Amino acid sequence: MAPPRLTPVQTVGPFFGPALVRRELEQMVVAETRGTRITITGQICDGDGADVPDAMIEVWQANAEGRYDHPEDHQEKLLDPNFHGFGRFGTDANGRFRIVTIEPGAAPGPRTTLQAPHLNLSIFARGLLNRVVTRIYFPGVPLNETDEALNAVPADRRATLIATRDPAGALDSYRFDIFLQGARETVFFDI
Amino acid sequence: MEGDARYRREPIGTHPRLDSPAYASTAKRAPRHAPVRIGQSLSEITGPRPCESVAPGEADLTRWDGGAAMGERIIVAGCVLDEDGRGVPRTLIEIWQANAAGRYRHDNDRHDAPLDPHFSGVGRIMSEANGAYRFMTIKPGAYPWGNHHNAWRPQHIHLSVFGPAFATRLITQMYFPGDPLLALDPIFNSVPDAAARDRLVAAFDIELTEPGRALGYRFDIVLRGRAATPAVN
Repeated sequence: MAPPRLTPVQTVGPFFGPALVRRELEQMVVAETRGTRITITGQICDGDGADVPDAMIEVWQANAEGRYDHPEDHQEKLLDPNFHGFGRFGTDANGRFRIVTIEPGAAPGPRTTLQAPHLNLSIFARGLLNRVVTRIYFPGVPLNETDEALNAVPADRRATLIATRDPAGALDSYRFDIFLQGARETVFFDI
Repeated sequence: MEGDARYRREPIGTHPRLDSPAYASTAKRAPRHAPVRIGQSLSEITGPRPCESVAPGEADLTRWDGGAAMGERIIVAGCVLDEDGRGVPRTLIEIWQANAAGRYRHDNDRHDAPLDPHFSGVGRIMSEANGAYRFMTIKPGAYPWGNHHNAWRPQHIHLSVFGPAFATRLITQMYFPGDPLLALDPIFNSVPDAAARDRLVAAFDIELTEPGRALGYRFDIVLRGRAATPAVN
């Protein structure tokens, strides 16, 4: 029998909230989770700069040691039973989101180099026929210079992938806005 | 390199183009730059495995808040597979849909059709060890939307599946055979390849049908398979 063929994707549409956005999925850390707490706030905007109030962000990240909670990650690093690396966040009426998590450690890259610490993001919304995939990196990290994914991006667009320290917030508070279109369009990845 | 698993790139035409002008909401939301291709690292070949406990009742959408939902009961069942035909075990499947009258239980749905007090339109299940899943639900109604003059969405059920990796994440919509609205729907037709589009249409299946109770529709969900050899970036 012929092998089955890939199922095409379709937009998440406007009505996913009651099914997909659940409070317990927004909670990525508990009191016992190891690592430095960080808060990342931001806003999703469309090509006119208008808020996108009906989007959903999914986060996937390594733990504080740089290990993913997944059987394909065979590193010797410790697993944290109190951190699984997944979170799901709906944007609010103003297109805003707030991710409370821990600073991820550095995980290996596709070859031998270490990747810079980052969060992997899938963004879904009405008007997006497929998810868009991006990454949140952190400012002032030396590994950013050698990170393969960052270096695959034209230098003048790299800044769209690096969170900024939130001037209004505490030390471990970051800002990361996502522009689906426009002069500051965020870099999205084909994985 | 950590782990040799790699996931195949999708054949051209299988997934919609993000900028599909017939679907008006893409105009301001679809990115203009082509995505930057990167190699698959541990970040992509691992992925979330939401491990919430899913109650058996969450796969039956026909009873909610103490009563029976209105409309035609249907069974939607199939397997989550990869492109090699292997079942994807223990992966979370989430669905949501309009009720029989074509109305979502959602604050932003202003369609002048009745809500059903006994239908939430939300269901979840974990796939079995062989990838099998089965929902009992109500056949959703078609409903109008503002995309263009006299626009109606064909009857559909939204499905969300994780699969084994960040790379395999998939959200899609399942349609019903013979729906005359399919030919007119810009979202369904955003999939360029006609054969790929047809894979979004469930098949009526008399074997799945429960006598005296519910018609059966088969819908297999096929996620990206592993590359035969590790892909060179």
